Amino acid sequence: MKSLTTVFILALSFLLSPAATAATGPDELVRKLSNEVLDIIRTEKAKPTEDAKRLVAQVEAAVSPHFDFRRMTMLAVGRDWRQATPEQQQRLVDSFYRMLVRTYSNALTQYRNQTVAFKPARFSPEDTVVHVQTEIRQSGTQPINVDYVLQKSDSGWRIFDVVVAGVSLVTNYRGSFAQEIRAGGIEGLIRALEAREREIVQGSSGQS
Amino acid sequence: MKSEMSGARVGVFALACVMLIASGCASRPANPDDPLESYNRAVFSFNEGADRAVIRPMARVYDAVTPKPVQTGVGNFFSNLGDIWIGLNNVLQGKVADGLSDWMRFAVNTTLGVAGLLDVASEMKLPKHDEDLGQTLGTWGFGEGAYFVVPLMGPRTVRDTLALPLDLKGDNVWTIDHVSTRNVLTGVRFVHQRARLLSVERTLDEGALDKYAFTRDFYLQQRRYKVHDGNVPVEYEDYDALPENGSTKDGEAVPQ
Repeated sequence: MKSLTTVFILALSFLLSPAATAATGPDELVRKLSNEVLDIIRTEKAKPTEDAKRLVAQVEAAVSPHFDFRRMTMLAVGRDWRQATPEQQQRLVDSFYRMLVRTYSNALTQYRNQTVAFKPARFSPEDTVVHVQTEIRQSGTQPINVDYVLQKSDSGWRIFDVVVAGVSLVTNYRGSFAQEIRAGGIEGLIRALEAREREIVQGSSGQS
Repeated sequence: MKSEMSGARVGVFALACVMLIASGCASRPANPDDPLESYNRAVFSFNEGADRAVIRPMARVYDAVTPKPVQTGVGNFFSNLGDIWIGLNNVLQGKVADGLSDWMRFAVNTTLGVAGLLDVASEMKLPKHDEDLGQTLGTWGFGEGAYFVVPLMGPRTVRDTLALPLDLKGDNVWTIDHVSTRNVLTGVRFVHQRARLLSVERTLDEGALDKYAFTRDFYLQQRRYKVHDGNVPVEYEDYDALPENGSTKDGEAVPQ
């Protein structure tokens, strides 16, 4: 479970990246994004006043253009995605996006000098889905495998899953999402996501 | 005439069955991995309660009063004790080289690493592995069985629960018979392990829609990955790519 922290950091690192051109290969993109995220974290940590919100905003801006959040949401929802109206799908994508940002922003602040090693990516030019494997290393513990799964699109490669130590950050939500859909349909899932968000926002403002 | 009728009835009946099965699939009844869900949820909330009331406060105190380098040493110490058992499991799984490497780690860290307080072996390219009897049984072909939450110990499967007594014992092979020493070590290790999760618990609390289900699915995915040493193929569906016409996988007709 401690791998969660590292996973989140890595996942974050993925989300980042400004203008990558369509010519950037999937492995280059992953490398570029993780380095960018690590740079942002290190720069922010070196400042006298560390601002978690500023850190998250920077990472989010850098990473999110390179993630396919629609695909991620679809995979988290599973087969019932087809029953959702386009408007419901959009609401699902929006709430899931905010949930991911919230989750990972906690992890960003946990960075402890881990390093990222990139394994050579094996893929052929005609592949449209590529797994890029990385390893997070930290002294004294077993390295953690973090794989990014990318899909080729018109606007370049986009990440649609991050698999940390064998756990897909996206499909891991399927069980709990399916449960909500079973109980209250697609609308029930959207309500549950939105309610959870309100709970957390209120909880954290009440705490600190 | 009569036999024709019954033939038609059988047909209708069969169709009804197919539809029932199809709709059953569509609404996905209980989670097939979790037939013991109601028991598990009860134990899970008991564990959560015990954690809130006793275990987490202890872990917080430990985390606050123990300097980071000391915590690292404590972690290394217990990690070193585990390497013998990890090595044995690697050997039992046929990974002899990995097993020898684990035992070498133990030898190096116990001596050069001052009774395991320092993890020198990792610097010497002897990486830490993660194996246990549950994984060994899985490698040998034992199914994992249902998901099972163990009181105070958390997520397991039935297979891993059966392996648990030996795993606990194996992990402590080098612990002295002296009862109070063993109790202290067991307690420290428990609190230490909990303390390491303090930094991620918020992520788990806030990232999950239902903490129980999230923990379960996380555990099962990770466990399967470990048993197969990382060789678990993943398939990604594309639910946006509906066939133009005809029917979907569920057998529902797509409106034209």
